[in-house]
Amino acid sequence: MKSLRSPLPLLLALFLLAGLAVSLGSSGPAQAQQSTPPGVTDDQVNAVAKQLYCPVCENIPLDVCPTTACAQWRALIKEKLGQGWSEAQIKDYFVAQYGDRVLASPPARGLNWLVYLIPPVILTIGAFILYRALRSWKQPPSSAGEPGQPVTGPTDPYAARLEEELRRR
Amino acid sequence: MVANLGYGALVIAFLISLYGAGAALYGVRKNDPAWIDSARNAMLLTFPLVSLAALTIIYLLVTNHYEVEYVTSVTSNSMPFYLKVTALWGGQAGSLIFWSWLMSAFASAVTLRKWERDREFLPWVIVVSLVTLAFFLSLSIFIENPFVRLWQTGTGSVVSAMLQPAGAVSFVPADGSGLNPLLRHPGMIIHPPLLYLGFVSFVIPYAFAIAALVTGRTDDRWIRLTRRWSLVAWLFLSLGLLLGGRWAYDVLGWGGYWGWDPVEIAAFMPWLTGTAFLHSVMIQEKRGMLKHWNMILVILTYDLVIFGTFLTRSGVLSSVHAFAQSAIGPVFFGFIGLTFIVSLSLLLRRWNELKSEAQMTSMLSREALFLLNNLLFMGILVVCFWGVLFPLISELFTGQKVTVGPPFYERATAPLFGGLLLLMGVAPLAAWRHSTAKTLGRSMWKPFIASLVVLAFVLLTGVRNPIALLGFWLCAFVAAVTLYEFWRGAQARHHTRAESLPLALWRLAGRNRRRYGGYVIHLGVVLMAIGIIGIELFQSETQGTIPQGNQLTLGDYSITFDSLANFDTNDGRNVARAVVSVFKDGQYVGELHPRRDYYYESQQPMTIPGVRSSWEDDFYVLLVDWQPVSTQGATFKIYHNPLVNWLWLGGFVFILGTLVAAWPDRDPETARVPVRRTAYKPAEA
Repeated sequence: MKSLRSPLPLLLALFLLAGLAVSLGSSGPAQAQQSTPPGVTDDQVNAVAKQLYCPVCENIPLDVCPTTACAQWRALIKEKLGQGWSEAQIKDYFVAQYGDRVLASPPARGLNWLVYLIPPVILTIGAFILYRALRSWKQPPSSAGEPGQPVTGPTDPYAARLEEELRRR
Repeated sequence: MVANLGYGALVIAFLISLYGAGAALYGVRKNDPAWIDSARNAMLLTFPLVSLAALTIIYLLVTNHYEVEYVTSVTSNSMPFYLKVTALWGGQAGSLIFWSWLMSAFASAVTLRKWERDREFLPWVIVVSLVTLAFFLSLSIFIENPFVRLWQTGTGSVVSAMLQPAGAVSFVPADGSGLNPLLRHPGMIIHPPLLYLGFVSFVIPYAFAIAALVTGRTDDRWIRLTRRWSLVAWLFLSLGLLLGGRWAYDVLGWGGYWGWDPVEIAAFMPWLTGTAFLHSVMIQEKRGMLKHWNMILVILTYDLVIFGTFLTRSGVLSSVHAFAQSAIGPVFFGFIGLTFIVSLSLLLRRWNELKSEAQMTSMLSREALFLLNNLLFMGILVVCFWGVLFPLISELFTGQKVTVGPPFYERATAPLFGGLLLLMGVAPLAAWRHSTAKTLGRSMWKPFIASLVVLAFVLLTGVRNPIALLGFWLCAFVAAVTLYEFWRGAQARHHTRAESLPLALWRLAGRNRRRYGGYVIHLGVVLMAIGIIGIELFQSETQGTIPQGNQLTLGDYSITFDSLANFDTNDGRNVARAVVSVFKDGQYVGELHPRRDYYYESQQPMTIPGVRSSWEDDFYVLLVDWQPVSTQGATFKIYHNPLVNWLWLGGFVFILGTLVAAWPDRDPETARVPVRRTAYKPAEA
């Protein structure tokens, strides 16, 4: 079972430590914003942060996560952008630090392929079964005159069908 | 001690559930109605007992009995009365009791109905309901006991236990840690009960399905008996999902309503199979087909209900290891597996008796299209199920957690949702049994032309995004077809019965409320789709830090930062509230107050947006950050959410349509008499 142990606790500890180190300056409800490196807008930061997820706040994209820890991450993205890093470089950096889980969807490699393959395969199988079933049930329309078909009644075919359908609730 | 009273009531309810299930089985075996009556009485008795347990918790919550661990974990002195009451479902242990409470209420209600015509179903409905109830009660009694109290031992450490440990004294904290601030919203107060109502009421159709399988009475009687239950269950589930979306939009501060979070998907999955079921039962009722499939759908729905509760309650979502460590996960897993296997083996035993009474005659018939609809719903289910499950599988086998987020779900489900929309436009025009491309085309061309006119209009407004154009066209097509169906039906009655058009429309809808209620639901879906296309494809946002008096612009809108106040409230919050003026095309249109509440007790911040709503769009302002001295500025994030209010309007229409469809008949017994094989008689004058 040793090999199955996730590196999560260690990562979390590292992460929290890093968060603590950065947040030493600010405390309490009102946090001061880190000074903005010139030339990097919040929108540029959010464009990158939108595609990332921190390991603590599950399923909340980084650009909208309200926790202090995520604010630190955004500050880090801003800093990297200020140093001229590209979007891909920043994403790679976070992946290297915290693992694939920071990405919005699993990168297509190894076991992860399953996530993209299974649904279409099952859907195709389902469609095939349905097609086969429909084919085997299908009869020529000539035998469609089952009992229950209106033989008298309103002359307008639509009205007749409607009457019949309303009757068979 | 009040907590002991509640716990005692739970234990007795659990024992009575077990007795009732046993008595029903014994009664069937011995063919002795006295035992079945006894089982029925046992079922009726569970309701007052579980009520007593639930009321005990509510009493403990509102009277601040902090020696009870659950009370400490979800309430605090500063919380208002109504929040203390609703804290019953604010935490794990309490919400399981709430589940059991609803279950016992529904089981009792179904027991009280007239059973003369369906006597053979009764013991099996009792068995299924009571086994489910006993399962949830056992979770409360053995694993997540809400009545556990805190004790201080001789060494000074605080432990939690149901019974007083030797040498320990009762430990009463001065204050509790309070309800999660995110849950202190009106939407969140009624959202969980509605979801639970939906979850629990789906148990009843399942119980009838199992009864039908066991007794071999496999005609569509069980479906007719549970039609209204299914619709009501579906209504609650839909309402729960809608309110959850609204809550997210109002409270979570990310400018969205649905984030494909596993917790959301947990509630969405039974809704998907439930929706497929509501459609496919019509084929069984009208044509005597798909009996196997309906059984599979109702079994799936039941187990997805339990699975949904399991996902949200076991901690499995945060980590597979949390699942393995808590006792609740494996127990849930075992129960799901057991019920699934038992249900499927019952189904296999009756497989041959569930043969179709009719045959599919055309690929374009309504039944064939309904099957296609089922395929698409199942496709969405597979995507959701797999998306939720995969991170767990990955963690289990590679130790590496992955995130399966919105991009995956959006890409995978968008075409399927599009296909469903298209079917909503085509299927109502197709006839049962036989329908050809020619007859379909003949009834379709008018709505089709109307939808093209709408498309042209959309093009004129400057929309060029091809996906949006396709989506809007589909919406227009479905709306045109649906309205055309109302019109054609009313016209037909108008001509054949000489009724005035409004009267004809009223009577038409009244004679088959399920059909026309369904059409209203379709219109609701169209409106919701318009809102979803608007916000998903055309949402824009910007963020910036501006000093007081300065402007931040997004498209036609801009805001001016007027002032900011930072103060403490007497319910334990620190509130930072900004005042911004909103301008559209340079014109002043109003003032908004985005704020950030910080809860001292739970150390959680909460972002409340300032929103300006219109049919055209929402202008949604968030206060992200601010400087202690407000002249230095504050950071705002602003969203422009086009058409999002159509989503909420669509939600209303959707619920309205469900109510129309589920409204009780004046004389339920005569209306439920199977008429499938009666010969045609000219309609009454």
